[in-house]
Amino acid sequence: MYAFTYHKPTSARQAATLLAKKEDAKLLAGGHTLLPTMKQRLASPAAIVDLGACADLKGITLKGRNIVIGAMTTHAEVAASAEVQAAIPALAYLASHIGDPHVRHRGTIGGSVANNDPAADYPAALLALGATVITNKRKLTAEEFFTGLYETALEEGEIITKVSFPLVSKAGYAKFRNPASRYAMVGVFVAKRGSDVRVAVTGAGEGGVFRWPEAETALKVRFSPKSLDGFKHGSKGINGDIHADPEYRAHLIGVMTRQAVAQATGK
Amino acid sequence: MVDVLKAVPLRITTDAASDPRSLRRFEDERFLTGKGRYQDDEQAVDALHGAVLRSPHAHAAILSIDITAALEIPGVRAVYTAADLPDLDGLPCSLVDKLPGPFFVPHRPPLAEERVRHVGDPVAFVVADNAEAARTACEAIVVDYDILPAVTDLEAAAAEDAPKIWPQADRNEALRYRLGDPGAVEDVMRRAAHVVTCRVVNNRIVAAALEPRSAIGRFDPGRGSYELSLSGASVHDIRRELATVLCVPPDRISVRTPDVGGGFGMKNVTYPEYALLLVAAERLGRPVRWVADRMDEFTSGAHARDNLTVGRLALDEKGRFLALAVETIANLGAYVSSLGPGSATTAPTPAMGGLYDIPVMSMDVRCVFTNTAPIDAYRGAGKPEANYLIERLADEAAHRLGIDAAKLRKRNFIRRFPYRKPFGAVIDGGDFAGNLDRLLVLADRPGFRRRKALSRRSGKLRGFGLACFLETSRGGPDEDAWLTMRPDGGVDMAVGTQSNGQGHETSFAQVLSEQFRLPVEAFRLVQGDTALVPTGGGHGGARSLHMGGGALVLAAQAMIEAAKPAAAQLLQAEPEVVSFADGQFRVSAKPGAAREVGLAAVARHVADTTGRALASHGAHRAAPITFPNGAQMAEVEIDPETGAVDLLRYVAVDDYGRLINPLLTEAQLHGGLAQGIGQALMEEARYDPESGQILSATFMDYAVPRAMDLPFFDITMAEVPTAANPLGVKGVGQAGCIGAPQVVIAAILDALRPLGVTHVDMPATPQRVWHAMRQAQDKPASETRP
Ligand SMILES: Cc1cc2nc3c(=O)[nH]c(=O)nc-3n(C[C@H](O)[C@H](O)[C@H](O)COP(=O)(O)OP(=O)(O)OC[C@H]3O[C@@H](n4cnc5c(N)ncnc54)[C@H](O)[C@@H]3O)c2cc1C
Repeated sequence: MYAFTYHKPTSARQAATLLAKKEDAKLLAGGHTLLPTMKQRLASPAAIVDLGACADLKGITLKGRNIVIGAMTTHAEVAASAEVQAAIPALAYLASHIGDPHVRHRGTIGGSVANNDPAADYPAALLALGATVITNKRKLTAEEFFTGLYETALEEGEIITKVSFPLVSKAGYAKFRNPASRYAMVGVFVAKRGSDVRVAVTGAGEGGVFRWPEAETALKVRFSPKSLDGFKHGSKGINGDIHADPEYRAHLIGVMTRQAVAQATGK
Repeated sequence: MVDVLKAVPLRITTDAASDPRSLRRFEDERFLTGKGRYQDDEQAVDALHGAVLRSPHAHAAILSIDITAALEIPGVRAVYTAADLPDLDGLPCSLVDKLPGPFFVPHRPPLAEERVRHVGDPVAFVVADNAEAARTACEAIVVDYDILPAVTDLEAAAAEDAPKIWPQADRNEALRYRLGDPGAVEDVMRRAAHVVTCRVVNNRIVAAALEPRSAIGRFDPGRGSYELSLSGASVHDIRRELATVLCVPPDRISVRTPDVGGGFGMKNVTYPEYALLLVAAERLGRPVRWVADRMDEFTSGAHARDNLTVGRLALDEKGRFLALAVETIANLGAYVSSLGPGSATTAPTPAMGGLYDIPVMSMDVRCVFTNTAPIDAYRGAGKPEANYLIERLADEAAHRLGIDAAKLRKRNFIRRFPYRKPFGAVIDGGDFAGNLDRLLVLADRPGFRRRKALSRRSGKLRGFGLACFLETSRGGPDEDAWLTMRPDGGVDMAVGTQSNGQGHETSFAQVLSEQFRLPVEAFRLVQGDTALVPTGGGHGGARSLHMGGGALVLAAQAMIEAAKPAAAQLLQAEPEVVSFADGQFRVSAKPGAAREVGLAAVARHVADTTGRALASHGAHRAAPITFPNGAQMAEVEIDPETGAVDLLRYVAVDDYGRLINPLLTEAQLHGGLAQGIGQALMEEARYDPESGQILSATFMDYAVPRAMDLPFFDITMAEVPTAANPLGVKGVGQAGCIGAPQVVIAAILDALRPLGVTHVDMPATPQRVWHAMRQAQDKPASETRP
């Protein structure tokens, strides 16, 4: 790790000021991605702005027809939240299956979303649920926000403050874990709101999280695992690595989608 | 000396935890409360920090190395390349004169000379005031490489047109090891009613010890002596090997270890960093420390296994085993490590053929170089390979002949002892069939049908697998033990074997407590230090209790003898009439009489009258191998949609001889089973075949089993003692790794056979299992049935 200066603001506004003022500054949330990359010297920010003391970035609230989660809320807090469990149980389930207890007690929703790891779980939830990413400057839909592998629409000096999830009538998440890292080898989040159905796939796409329109169309006709019988995702554009070649991963997309729908429908 | 053991009725231990012999480890409190002292905990105020620049390429010529920028980094004291170390010899292989036939051991300098031969090969060594500066300097070194074609796969390396890693090694072959009479074996094969063939892969794995390698090198200019403190496991061997690298007599080097957080064999060997630390300490006049990070461990710590074997087993029409032919290609990596070829040659030899009566066998092993990290011994070392092969063959045969797998094994067990195996190992005893019978009862085989139906109802395929194993725990090298009575009445026990987590502080104390009838707390273990323990074979081969424990008993007997004259003086009797029992010296035939004196009092008397502590030495020489063995079963559930394997049950009925501490024995088995199951299901060190880059360089890609991947282990131990040592003990350290792979794969194949799957290689990852199911499905029905 290279040397850096360390700053610990107590509000998002202070953090934004520091971020603007300090040359080559980087936000630190749970540190579960940033710190390992710094230790491996793959990142070398000159200044670290630790969001850990920004109370205004924490917490979970039900606002009308939305669950709003502060950027610094940990995965463990989302998993254990009675509000989330009642409103969108699949989201609590997703959070409870991220990494291991250490990761869940440090890693945050803001850090996860900002990082947009192609194998992270949250991006699938955001995309399928039609969530909004709220920053200190603007609001972005999930589609607008996730722009590619580890790429987001975040601009210099922009801080995610909240993520807002609209309530849905049914949702489910199924994840096939990478045996080593426990990230999603394939994770599929399905959500049904009114007549709209969304299927978002993480862990599998060469360009990061993506939607599966054919499955959405089929599920709109009837929201049941049976609607997906014989459905296969092609292996074009699907990742391959030592754990899963594209053919196997593509196959898992079908399996996980059916499992997610089964979970959503209580079957 | 231990004939009495034969009279002892077979003792069966089913509940290790509540056995009165099962003391909790004395070590646990310090280990579990963060008070262990590991190498990197050592304070060394004036120490400098070393860092290694490693090759990013699998195979390349070094055209130039420019260190000017590195030397300008603040805090940097020195940057060494091979050119700076002309007086160092290469790292040796300790098996060089122990293997028959020509054996090419290439020159392996601590820093690469003209070529790098694997990703992670050390190229330069930087010493600086702090670790960060050393690392920054590594980044500032400019190496100009000419990249050469690389080969990482063993079969590819053995091919005619493979890239050559050493000009002297035709087809990259370092060594060919042949045993037995292949002509005789082929004769039997030709005439046999059946011959089954298996082609099995033993996947490359890494030890992944919790504590990475770490060391501090020191030099004493007054004495001209070196001291290496390290997270290692065979201090005497490392000293001997370092002496050849530094070209100094061994007595000018001392090597010691504090607590060690796991080794599994990979810490028994000498690494380039050790020599570099000592030389840097000498040249710079300061201690130099170094700790490997995980990436260093994955790229340059010794890897293990990585071999491919084709085995053929001949059987008569009744299913009796007649002959075994074994042909192996073993990957050595880019160099020959300390004990590198052992795991594919001498180590599996006594275990070959497992616990079956096979009259003739032949073995033909080719050890090849590849552009990968050097291979060395890892828990089990060769015995897992030997057992996996014969057990897979036995299952294939059972299937082919339509004989029940347990029945076929029983039909072929060695039953008469002593039994001389075709390659010479003599098995003194065992109850192989008894263990299998006990296993079958515990396994509830009749209930499997119902369990399988239940699994099917939830869409899962259930499989039942059983297999056996024969471990061959080494006798050699000899071991010695030294006992010294301390003034406080306690005893220091110095032993040349080493614990790196096994619990010798407890089990060795139990051994001596039994001999002297003193409380276990009286005994203090001295180990892992060449300055305090004159000789030792170190850790490995599941031989510590057998050899070190045996030496302790002999030393205890010697101490009692040595104390007798002094005891006689105190008892005012002739030494001949003094005897020792229950911790007391007495005048013979007068038990309970007033005339008795304890060992501590005698020791005090000795110290008072001679000015020297009462001390003794025990030498356990030329002891034979012991033969731990067992029968184990597993049940798995497989998700046919994803190929994921869930290990649901694991039952073992094993024989580790007489048990000193059943709890520690079982704990060793747990760890070994976890590693064996890891090898079977998930662990694999992978290289990219084109670039030679390592693809499993962190725990994000190298999967080790977690607690939730494992079921509770149901363990029974049948205590069949051995006469190979005065304790009647056999070794448990490696057994789990040796037993588990074949059991798990058998269970998986049992689940998949109905789908037409007849083979799956380790590790049976979800992807691999899914592809196997898919391929079987795509095959025309006629091909799925032999
Ligand atoms: C062993 C391990 C296993 C894991 N397994 C999983 C898994 O199964 N599934 C999964 O989804 N994830 C997994 N993770 C990732 C983890 O859960 C975190 O989500 C991830 O590390 C990022 O969150 P963080 O809070 O740690 O962010 P940090 O590491 O602190 O930051 C990550 C990046 O986001 C930026 N950032 C942080 N907060 C903000 C903000 N509010 N606004 C703008 N930018 C911001 C930082 O500057 C940095 O660039 C795993 C991580 C580890 C180490």
